[in-house]
Amino acid sequence: MNLFVDAWLWLVDPVNWQGSGSIPVRIGEHLFYTALAMLAAALIAIPLGWLIGHTGRGRELAVAISGAARALPTFGLLFLFVMLVGVTLRGPSTVFVLVLLAIPPILAGAYAGLEVIDRRTIDAARGLGMTEWQILWKVEVPLGLPLLLGGLRSATLQVVATATLAAYVNLGGLGYDIVQGIALRKYDQMLGAAILVILLALLFDALFAVLERYAVPRGVRAGRDTDVRTTPTGRRATADASATT
Amino acid sequence: MIEFRSISKRFDNGTLAVDDFSVIIPSRQTTVLVGSSGSGKTTLLRMINRMVDATSGELEIDGENVSTIESVQLRRRIGYVMQNSGLLPHRRVIDNIATVPRLNGVPKKQAHARALELMDTVGLDRDMAERYPAQLSGGQQQRVGVARGLAVDPNILLMDEPFGAVDPIVRADLQQELLRLQRELGKTVVFVTHDIDEAFLLGDQVVILEKGGRIAQLGSPAEILANPASEFVASFIGADRGKRALSIQTINGAQVLVDGDGNLAGRLVENGPA
Repeated sequence: MNLFVDAWLWLVDPVNWQGSGSIPVRIGEHLFYTALAMLAAALIAIPLGWLIGHTGRGRELAVAISGAARALPTFGLLFLFVMLVGVTLRGPSTVFVLVLLAIPPILAGAYAGLEVIDRRTIDAARGLGMTEWQILWKVEVPLGLPLLLGGLRSATLQVVATATLAAYVNLGGLGYDIVQGIALRKYDQMLGAAILVILLALLFDALFAVLERYAVPRGVRAGRDTDVRTTPTGRRATADASATT
Repeated sequence: MIEFRSISKRFDNGTLAVDDFSVIIPSRQTTVLVGSSGSGKTTLLRMINRMVDATSGELEIDGENVSTIESVQLRRRIGYVMQNSGLLPHRRVIDNIATVPRLNGVPKKQAHARALELMDTVGLDRDMAERYPAQLSGGQQQRVGVARGLAVDPNILLMDEPFGAVDPIVRADLQQELLRLQRELGKTVVFVTHDIDEAFLLGDQVVILEKGGRIAQLGSPAEILANPASEFVASFIGADRGKRALSIQTINGAQVLVDGDGNLAGRLVENGPA
């Protein structure tokens, strides 16, 4: 318990909140790598996932890639890349490894979101005269959004947690305080930084939980709830009373 | 007028769904394609709006070969009503009805005004415009589906077992509603069903299909009932049994009609409808 008190004292010590290498700077670095990796991963995985989900082709490949990529040892991969491309490119190497980590859940979320849509809904949209692009943007993307956000959510959590590895190749981030804490036996610092990583992860998790809730299209949510608002004026639905025809 | 000329369809897996099918579907009338599953009726219907392309043969709408019309443009000028209503679950009723006009670039306000009129046409309360499909009953959803099919005021309305998934009472209601609509609007309706009673009720022309889209008989309901072309047709329409096989019995000097199950069907009167 003493250790937690020490960690708390480290966290609130004003000295640790100022200057280079302070907590805000480390959080900034940490978030920078996280954001960069998530952005790159999303730009690769979302279009690919939508392509697979829309055409129904390449699903097996996606499953295989996702499964294999999940099993990659991130830490080992990081050192491999840094050694391969050289220490000067350790920044891109780190981001690259994080991107590899983030792609599988995003890819899975993107194509699963499209795959779970009732085929008859897609067929109807096509029968109405929607182009393939219109089917994608007006039907599949809105209906698949909750699962995509689920994928982004789990990817973000993994990347936030794994971005601590950046410190091992001397790139800072909250991992720096953890690595240094272990080396110098400053366990208050190590634990304090670890707690911050956990807090960041929880923060993102909560954020995505809220987003996911709002991403469920109202009409779809309406089918699940028993009592829903139907009009902007907030009038309660009387579906039971009028559902006779 | 829709004309099928020697249409065949072989699916990728090798099954021959339609084999050398030819028929003329007259304008401003209801033609019902009826048959059991595997008769190719839905495949034939979906060829009209190119949801399915024929392997061989020609299909013309008013003399224009559909294969020369871009499929998206073709679909936007043909109404299409599906069994499960096919409504977009994330869109309100009014937006569902206005979907195709909006795709065609009609301003939102105008498209919505038209959608509300169509709700009147198909007998839906305007209050439901703001609802989502999941908040409607099956029958209401089908009405929305019909309204959406009529949204661009198409000449042709394709209906693929539109009343197949609703209960019998609602179905009877919707059938009467369709007859009323058709009297008012006079569309070229192509209707697919496996229910011969529905076919006889709604069809001006009925096409009874056997496996592979072979025409077992084509004619008005009266013609088919009076003269079944084959054993298959007779059995399919139930001409020799049940409520279509009526016989006269005399009870206390009056003539009554008894159906094939021995149930009393009615009384023989002098002046029936023409």
